[in-house]
Formats: sequence, C-alpha cells, structure tokens
Amino acid sequence: MTFRSREPRRAGIVVIGGGIAGQAVCEAVRERDRDVPITLICGEPVLPYDRVRLSEILVSGEDPDTLKLRPPEWFEDNRIEVRLGRWVHWCRPDERLLGLDGGETVAYDRLALATGSQPLMLPIPGADLPGVYPFRDPGDCEAIRLAAAGGARHAAVIGGGLLGLEAARGIAAQGCAVTVVHLLDRLMERQLDAGAARLLPPALRALGVDVALRKSTERITGAARVDGLEFTGGERLDADLVVMSIGIRPEVSLARSAGIDCRRGIVVDDHMRTSAPDVVAAGECAEHDGIVYGLVAPILEQARVAAATLCGREGGPPYRGSVPSAKLKVAGIDLVSVGDAEGEVEAVAADAEAGVYRKLIVRGGRAVGAVLLGDTRGAEALLAAVQAGEEVADPLARLAAAAAAGPGDLPDDAQICNCNGVCKGAIVAAVEQDGCTTPREVMARTRAGTGCGSCKTMVIDIVALAAGGLSDEPHYLCPCRKQTREDLAAQIRGCGLQSVSEVAAHCGTGRDCGACKPALAYLVSEINANRHREERDARFINDRVHANIQKDGTFSVVPRMYGGVTTPDELRRIADVAEKYDVPMVKVTGGQRLDLLGVRKQDLPAIWRELGMPSGHAYAKAVRTVKTCVGSDFCRFGLGDSVNLGIEIERAWEGLYTPAKVKSGVSGCPRNCAEATVKDIGVVAVEGGWQVRVGGAAGASVREADILATVATKAEALRLTTVFLQYYRENADYLERTYDFVPRIGLERLREIVLDEQHQAQLLERFRIAKAAVSDPWLERDEPYHPRQFTDLDEPADDEDAALVGPPSGGAR
Amino acid sequence: MIHACNVDDVPMGEGRAITLAGRRIALFRSPTGWYALDHACPHLGGPLADGIVSDCSVICPLHARRFDLATGRALSGGEDVATHGVEIHGNRVMVRVGEPPVFADREAA
Repeated sequence: MTFRSREPRRAGIVVIGGGIAGQAVCEAVRERDRDVPITLICGEPVLPYDRVRLSEILVSGEDPDTLKLRPPEWFEDNRIEVRLGRWVHWCRPDERLLGLDGGETVAYDRLALATGSQPLMLPIPGADLPGVYPFRDPGDCEAIRLAAAGGARHAAVIGGGLLGLEAARGIAAQGCAVTVVHLLDRLMERQLDAGAARLLPPALRALGVDVALRKSTERITGAARVDGLEFTGGERLDADLVVMSIGIRPEVSLARSAGIDCRRGIVVDDHMRTSAPDVVAAGECAEHDGIVYGLVAPILEQARVAAATLCGREGGPPYRGSVPSAKLKVAGIDLVSVGDAEGEVEAVAADAEAGVYRKLIVRGGRAVGAVLLGDTRGAEALLAAVQAGEEVADPLARLAAAAAAGPGDLPDDAQICNCNGVCKGAIVAAVEQDGCTTPREVMARTRAGTGCGSCKTMVIDIVALAAGGLSDEPHYLCPCRKQTREDLAAQIRGCGLQSVSEVAAHCGTGRDCGACKPALAYLVSEINANRHREERDARFINDRVHANIQKDGTFSVVPRMYGGVTTPDELRRIADVAEKYDVPMVKVTGGQRLDLLGVRKQDLPAIWRELGMPSGHAYAKAVRTVKTCVGSDFCRFGLGDSVNLGIEIERAWEGLYTPAKVKSGVSGCPRNCAEATVKDIGVVAVEGGWQVRVGGAAGASVREADILATVATKAEALRLTTVFLQYYRENADYLERTYDFVPRIGLERLREIVLDEQHQAQLLERFRIAKAAVSDPWLERDEPYHPRQFTDLDEPADDEDAALVGPPSGGAR
Repeated sequence: MIHACNVDDVPMGEGRAITLAGRRIALFRSPTGWYALDHACPHLGGPLADGIVSDCSVICPLHARRFDLATGRALSGGEDVATHGVEIHGNRVMVRVGEPPVFADREAA
C-alpha cells in the first residue's frame, strides 16, 4: 500500500462527504497544492456547515445558513468543484472510479473518504413513531425546535451525553419541559468522573432540564404519534416529543462495499491511509488504532494528516491519535473535559455549593486528563499539558497554576480555538510573520474565534501579547470583564440567555461597576427580538420611568406626535395637563414635538393617563422623531408627500429601541426644510423619486448624511430605511450613533448589504418579529413593574389611591 | 434607629430616596445587601437613588460619578459621599442616620 509519487492526473483529488472533516481535507489540500483539481461530493444538499454548533441554532432559531463553514465564493475562489445533494453508490479502487446516483461516474487519482456517521437509533418498538427525532442535521433541529416551541407539553431526550444535554437545553429554551433519560448512573460518563457528574443534574435542573438516571427505555408508546416512554420495570414517562441522542455509527457502507478494511470504522494507519491504494479516510467514519473519534479537534488533526498524504507528503508528521477534549455548550454550565477522567493520582479542588469542580488526573507522573466544571480557567493550559504528557510532580499545585495562567504561559502548540483547530503558535505567527495587527485581522486569517466564539477573549489576549501590547484595544462592552459586544452576543445566542442577570451569572458581566448594564439590556433585548426577560435595575433611570431626567432630578415628558403633526384636541390636553400639574416649562423641541419640563417623578403616570397619547421615547436610546416639512400637501414647491411618508415611517418604527438615539427627517423637496441631510436617517424627495440618506449629524460635530440610494416610490423609501434601521440595530455598538457607525462599516460595504435583496428580506423579517413584541411603555401607568416604580419612600406607593399623592416632602426636586 | 421602609418597598438592584431625621437619604438594595448613602451626589446634587447599582457601587444618573455603596468612597474621583448604617429586622429596613455602617452585623438581603 504505497502512494506513487507522480504528478496527479487531471482527475485530481475527490473528497466524499461535506461535513467538517471533508471541508477540512479540502482546505488543507488547497493550502499545500494550489493547482490539483479538487472535487467535493456532498450528500446533503447544502454546503459544508458546522454541525457542532447545531445546538445553538436549536436555542436561537437562527437560519442554519449562519452555520456555513465557508461562503459559496470560497469554493469558487479556491477552484473546488462542489457536487451538492449527490450520493456515491459505489467505489472501485482498482479503477479509481466512483459511481454516483443517476448513473454518472467520477474518476479520481486520490480519494478521501469523509463519510461521517449516522445517528444511532434504539431498535425498540415505537422508534419510528411521528414525534421521535434524531438530532443530527438542520432538518432535525428545525423539526425539534418547532415541536418544542409549538405546543409539545413534555419532551424526553434519550441519552445524556454531550449532544443529548445540548439538545435538552435547546428544548428547554423554547419553554418546553424536558427530561433527559440516561441508561447509566451518571451523565457524560465518557468525559466525566463521578464527582463532576454529581454536580451536573442540579445545574441542569436550574436550567429547566430534568434528569432521570438508570433508565433503560424499552419501548416508545403512542398510537398515531408518540405519547411516552416505557422503561424496564414498567415505569413510564409521558412525552409528546422524543429526541434520540445515544451515539453515532460510523458511515462505512461505501467503503465496505468497495472491499476496504472496516471494523467499527474504516481502518486507517498513522497517515490516514486505508487498505485501498490512494484512498484515505478521516473524521467520524475513520478508526485509528481502534478508536473512532467524534469530537471536532481530533477530526481536524486527522484531516490535516490525510491532506498531507493526499498531496504525496507522507514524510510529514504522522497521526498518533488524539487527546479527546470536549466542551459543553450549555448556558450557565461551564464544563471542559480533557483526556482521561480517572486515573491513579487525582488532584481535586471542589466547592459543591458553588458548583465548582476542578480535577487533574496524573498517571505515571504525567498529566493524562482534566475535568473542569463551573470554573474552566486554565483549560487551554491543561489541554496543552495533557497533550504534551507533561511531567507533574505536584498535581494540586499544577491545577492552581493553570487557573492563574495567562496567554504568555501557554506553549505554542496549545490549542486555542477548538472549532477551527487553531493553536497559539498560529495566532502568534499571524502577528509576527503575516503582519496582522488587530484581533479582527488575525481572526480573519486564522479563523480562530470564528466558530462558537468562546475562545475570542483568549485570541485577543494572545494577539495583544504577540504584538507587544500594540494591538489596538478592542471595544469592550464590559471593560471590567473584557467582554466585547461580539463575545457577549455569541454567548447570548449560543446559550439562549434571556436576561441581564442570566448574562451576569454566565460570565460576570455587569456585576463589577454596573456601567455596562444598559448596553447589556439592549443586547439581550435585541438578540431575543424583544422577547427577553426585562430587568429594570439594568436600565438607566430614564428607561425605568420612561421620562428624561433633568439637572434637578425632575423629568421631561414628550408625547408622540407622528411626523410632528398634531390636533387641537391633543394641544388642549397638553395645555390642561401643564396647568394641572404646574409644569414649569412647555417647549417646542428641535424634533417638532412639545416637551413638558420639570415634571415630578410621581406625577408621571397620571400625566400620561390624562394626555392619552403614546410615549414619544424622547428619553430613550430608541427611534425618536421623524421630522417632516409640509411637502406636497400645502407647500408650493413640494415634490413629494413628506408628511405622510414621515408619519408612515414613524408608525412603522415606533417603540423600537436602538443602540443610540435615532433622529430622522423627511423633506418634500431638495430645499430640505426638515433638515433630512443631517439626520441619522433622512429621506429627501427629488425629481422622480426619494433620496435615502444615512449617518448625518448636526450636533457637536456636523456630518452630511451619505446617500445610500435613490428609490422611485414611498414604499421603497420606507423599505430601505427600515432595512438600514434593522442593520444598525443589530450591528452597532451601544451608544454608537449612525454618524460613527456608517463610516466604520463603510458606505460601499453598507450598500452591498442593505441593497442586497436576500439581506433585505432577512433584515425585514427580523425587524417585523422585533416590532411585533413592542408596546407603549407609558401603559405601565396602569401596570407598574413594581409598586414603587414611580415613587420614593416618602410617598404612597403607585398602586395606592392616586388622589393621596401630594407634593413631595422635599429633597430630590 | 429609624424604620425607613419595608424590604419589598425597594426593587432588587435599585435605590429609593427618603427623608429621615431631616436628612435626604438614598437606600439601596443590591444583590450583596442593603446600603444607605446621602441621596445628593456631592458633585452637583444628582439623585443617587436613581442611579444604576452593581454588586458594590452606584453611578449617579446625571454625570456618572461612581460611589462605593459600603464606604461612600468616590470611585471615579471627586468627593466621597456620607454613609449610614442599615439593619434588616424581619421585613423592616432600619437606618442609623449619621452612623457609618458596621458590616459584620448586617444581615444579607
């Protein structure tokens, strides 16, 4: 079994299997050889995606498209021919020929089998009932999420391994009760020892995931669809949604029928060669030294060795097996397991009450494994120590040192990004050899930190270290805990976090100085499309009482007047309220509204009630005013109906919160009386249409808004401005006004996104979902979030008779 | 010691103002306990009870000066603010106006 060292014929390299392994083989081959033809055959009808992150999609409901490992252009740029949705029916190694569905044949010079695995299903009665799913591909994921969110009363997940627990958490995040049913007496027995496993069920229960151990499922019951599980011994669990996650079976049928040696998986040697000439295998379908690996880091190592072999470089480093390392991606549970979970010498640091368990396992004086639960500091250092078989004289001291280790203490081969298999040395090389200067550049080059995102902080620290501290300071949303908006967004999405306190519990953000709490509150609300759990202590006082605090501790009240248009009746009510409550000043604002200034906090609910107008959001980081000129209705110069477009826009956006305030304007002709050219979002009627502008300012600095596009109709103007608003809502840093955001993104890039139909459709869909959950905050006058939402302790509480509220006893006014 | 309010009168993570013994005081209920400071920020009189509270500090809503809840120390520069002792007796929040707090005795909220 040798590889002939000759130039490849035109048929080139064929890779079967569009999973993480297949993709990694393609990438590693292309890195070594710019010219060899590569064909990737994918059975699934989609480009390779990151299956490891499926559980994130289950939690968030995001488009599976976001899991794509590479965009379509990448395959074009790298001249990789991709055959989607095609299955290989036979392989004849002696002819170097493959037979595809439909009768087509494909010749190869060298072949990589990356056929992956199939989910194991229990061969028990009822396993084929509707409502029973494996958890393997985006289709399963979507079906499970829809069932969990759409009325399933109780779900059961059979199998308490890594994937089963992530699936259960995803189901719980949809508000569905869920029980994990596990055959053994402890969860994740392959990665955890008994001590760590004991701490897991209580932590899971706190997240709404129940655990039933020592349960052997004998049958799945139900007539037309599943209604429960029956265990050995007759015990029963009601469940109208069942997910089976008991393990994988390597997909070897093609290899076996081709006469290639297979045991559980396709047997490979240290160069990933199979028994057939010029055929390698890598990933979950391969068996090396008796072991089939199902974790991403070993698969990437295998893919690199397989690629070297495919390129005729068997002189390279052989594959000697991997130290398995796994990370549980479940909100509120930090768990990392490396190598063996048990051994002859074990050093344990545990605090059951705090849910912390840290263990280093030593055999023959060398580190062979680690389990970190609740406090995963030093995971990279311990992984490196186990991989290197580091000599450990004092395990307890080594464990403590790992917790304190910084990026400088890690060896170059310490794996930092498990999703993309990037080690510290590669990150340092990107800075020192490739001249990258910012974390962003390094991430783009090495792909470190671009998977699940959990290693991003470490990547940033290493870049800073390698660049001698010259690396530009990332824009931290929480400087105390060094968390960027991107880090936090990844955690909120990945873990399904729904409130500021959940984020705080997850990573400490917001607990130290508290200054970032409003930014966190916005992020949590935006990512959850306003279906988050609102916590007012995270809000600035303006957003607790929906009014703008003034220098003397009083507040200002600005009711909504769409497009700056009002009526005699509204004006009368405003005048009545101003008199009745001794409002010291009534002023017309720059945004064409009326402002009641100097209002006492405890008078706010009654004033809102008597005004009978919705909040104008003049106090909030939100969509504020849409200023209009009189336009074609009355103006003799008016080209367009600016008043009505302004009102339409304001109604469409009303109530949405934004990273910073958004002031808008619509002018009916280029004379621009509504000053739309210096607004965050401005629309100006021009001959034949509407000019849409973004990023303007007329404050401390003046910036003319950039022209995004000129569109023909009012409807298109509303659509395009809305697309931009949503893009800004999703991508700006907190307090970043559009006049900073637009130049940061760049007008060209911005146009590419907001003028692209596919992006438009997605942004509008998310906009609609967010908008559907909006309500008028001033309605809290009748339903305060707390009896003392609007009162200090001297006054009667809000829910007591309003007539009793007298003047304040002094002080805060 | 003066009975200022009941525990439920202040939402978790927020503050409320009250006049006790002629002095305007801000009472805070943080995840780490109860605290009392003078209500007026020493900078320009901002209402500290309306500030954002973290585990151990409050930020004035007017110009973002930050104070340690336990000691009243100005954490972002400027003058410190006076502190008062708080004790929780059952459901009652008791304040020792003018006496700095003694933390060993204080019950956690």
